[in-house]
Amino acid sequence: MSITYLEAIREAQARALREDPRVFIYGQDVGAFGGAFKATKNLQKEFPGRVLDAPISEDAIVGLAVGAAIEGLRPIIEMQFADFSTVGFNQIVNQAATLFWRTQVVCPITVRLPFGGTSGSGPFHSQCIEAIYAHYPGVIVVTPATVEDAYSMLLAAVATNDPVIFCEHKFLYYHLKAEKLPSEALPIGKARIAREGRDLTIVTYSAMVHEALAAATELATEGWEIEVVDLRSVKPLDTDTIIASVARTGRLLCVGEAWPWGGVTAEVIARVTAEGYGLLDAPPQRLNAKDTPVPYHPNLWAAHRPTSRSVAAAARNLLRT
Amino acid sequence: MLQTVSEPRTIGAAQLAAYRFMLRARLLDDKFAALYRAGKIHGGVFLGRGQEALSAAIGVSLKKTDVFAPLIRDAAGRLAFGETILDAVRTYLGSALGPMRGRDGNVHRGRPQDGCLPMISHLGAMISVVNGVLFARRMKGVTGLVGAACLGEGATSTGSFHEALNQAAVEKLPLVLVVANNQYAYSTPNDRQFACADLADKAVGYGVEAHSVVGNDLAACLDVVSHAVARARAGHGPQLIVANLLRLCGHGEHDDAGYIVPELKNSPLGRDCLKLAEEFLLQEKIADRAQLAVWRSEAIREIEDAVAQVQREPLPDPFAENWTALSTENLAEGRE
Ligand SMILES: Cc1ncc(C[n+]2csc(CCOP(=O)(O)OP(=O)(O)O)c2C)c(N)n1
Repeated sequence: MSITYLEAIREAQARALREDPRVFIYGQDVGAFGGAFKATKNLQKEFPGRVLDAPISEDAIVGLAVGAAIEGLRPIIEMQFADFSTVGFNQIVNQAATLFWRTQVVCPITVRLPFGGTSGSGPFHSQCIEAIYAHYPGVIVVTPATVEDAYSMLLAAVATNDPVIFCEHKFLYYHLKAEKLPSEALPIGKARIAREGRDLTIVTYSAMVHEALAAATELATEGWEIEVVDLRSVKPLDTDTIIASVARTGRLLCVGEAWPWGGVTAEVIARVTAEGYGLLDAPPQRLNAKDTPVPYHPNLWAAHRPTSRSVAAAARNLLRT
Repeated sequence: MLQTVSEPRTIGAAQLAAYRFMLRARLLDDKFAALYRAGKIHGGVFLGRGQEALSAAIGVSLKKTDVFAPLIRDAAGRLAFGETILDAVRTYLGSALGPMRGRDGNVHRGRPQDGCLPMISHLGAMISVVNGVLFARRMKGVTGLVGAACLGEGATSTGSFHEALNQAAVEKLPLVLVVANNQYAYSTPNDRQFACADLADKAVGYGVEAHSVVGNDLAACLDVVSHAVARARAGHGPQLIVANLLRLCGHGEHDDAGYIVPELKNSPLGRDCLKLAEEFLLQEKIADRAQLAVWRSEAIREIEDAVAQVQREPLPDPFAENWTALSTENLAEGRE
């Protein structure tokens, strides 16, 4: 048996629905249709009354989830694309994110964001907006890079008593496969060493983990040993694991598919320079998408986002300094 | 609702003009579907099959100086408003010479400088932008202008729809908001989208005039849309048109639309507006079969020529690309 990243997300939701009667799923086309990407396939049939089609009303979708959470339920919201979650942004960052802090009433909602670039998807179906959510106090933002994490972190998200933005990368949906679902997992907030090395640390997350791993494989043929840290969650950010890795390698390259201004890569570098300055043998570097909307045509898209080639090139430059 | 009293001859002429845009749009859509199946198009393909009568009626009712915000199923209205087949093909194939230069694709195209606004994907978002154009033109002293925005029934559930309709009413803007109620928003049937008997009822709450029309009846669409456009142009404020019809294709070409129930397909709503228009033209002896065949082959040749031309055009070049989203170049960061 093999299971894809997307199937893992479906299985996690099935298990959450099965094991916890407080869980329900709400989003556009998630019912009989099974969702735009089929992440909720057959779930409405298996769990009647608990997997519901929503109108095209992202603000009201999130608002309803917050109300249901106040009543003790654990809604899973599917945004059809992460890009459209901006229409529900107010309810996420001002309603859900402030509730516990203001009232001590918890807000256990999970907002699934199918995000990230795929070829030909263009400026409104490709965005990486984890950082704008992470900017707000009161939310957890997770970015699983593996089938196992997609499964276990979604279950963990649903079990968490705070709003979780679950960033699932569309590029990984179909081609990323695992032999079986995991029976144990690292908790949210712990990063993972995806590959060990001693010459340079690449800190990254989500689909870029795979670009970094491919770059590390390429650099290995040139004699370099690259360590790859998969953040898993960008908020909370596991600074300890990052610093420990930089202590081993002395060099840091931070890679993100999101835009360059601010964001996760900037946060990582700020923390490492503040807390681990003496560990660095060279100025830390970062590689992000270009500072334009995500272009439609594959020729432009491939140059807009970091790829294993541009990651390897950035790493080579850093290894030479 | 208005009783239009027109001479049969002018009705025939209007229908004929609209029909030819419908035909070209259908054939253009068919070509995009074929290119998609052949793997020649990156990303999605979205067709207007079954909605051409309504869409063409909007396009022909507007003047070139008006404003138009078409949506994903408006190939016919775009052509009637003045978009070229070349613009459409260049955008779908990502030509560097197209209006979007490969930066955006498929239905996300337009020329704002010519009054054709390029949709963003976020549903409902274009309506208030049309309001803004109308508002500005009024400030500049331009009169007699109309702005049309298209959307599906699903988009009436967005906050943007309600905010923009109310805004247009408050400002008494000459907005014509056309809702194509094609019974499904992607897979979601109307009973999971809204609970009112008739979407046209939404208008009264905003103090807006409403019109309903059978969306696969070209004559009815021309009547109702031109009337609403005239009302808006004459200063009667925003007009909401709700057309009932059925999408005769998937949401996009990736979708087999297995969720559309046979009862709807077999109902009068499921009848193909293009066929109905052809039957009308034949019946009224406005055109004969030979003439229809000529128009069809002319349109096919025009489309094939455009595709052949665009396939030889340069694709966007990442090395030549100006990687900045700002017009103020000296304030743009991080250019390489
Ligand atoms: C704000 C927003 N949410 C979700 C989507 C995803 N989406 C794209 S088309 C669509 C269905 C649209 O249905 P409708 O408005 O009825 O138009 P139709 O496709 O039927 O012409 C959805 C949900 C979107 N584009 N924008």
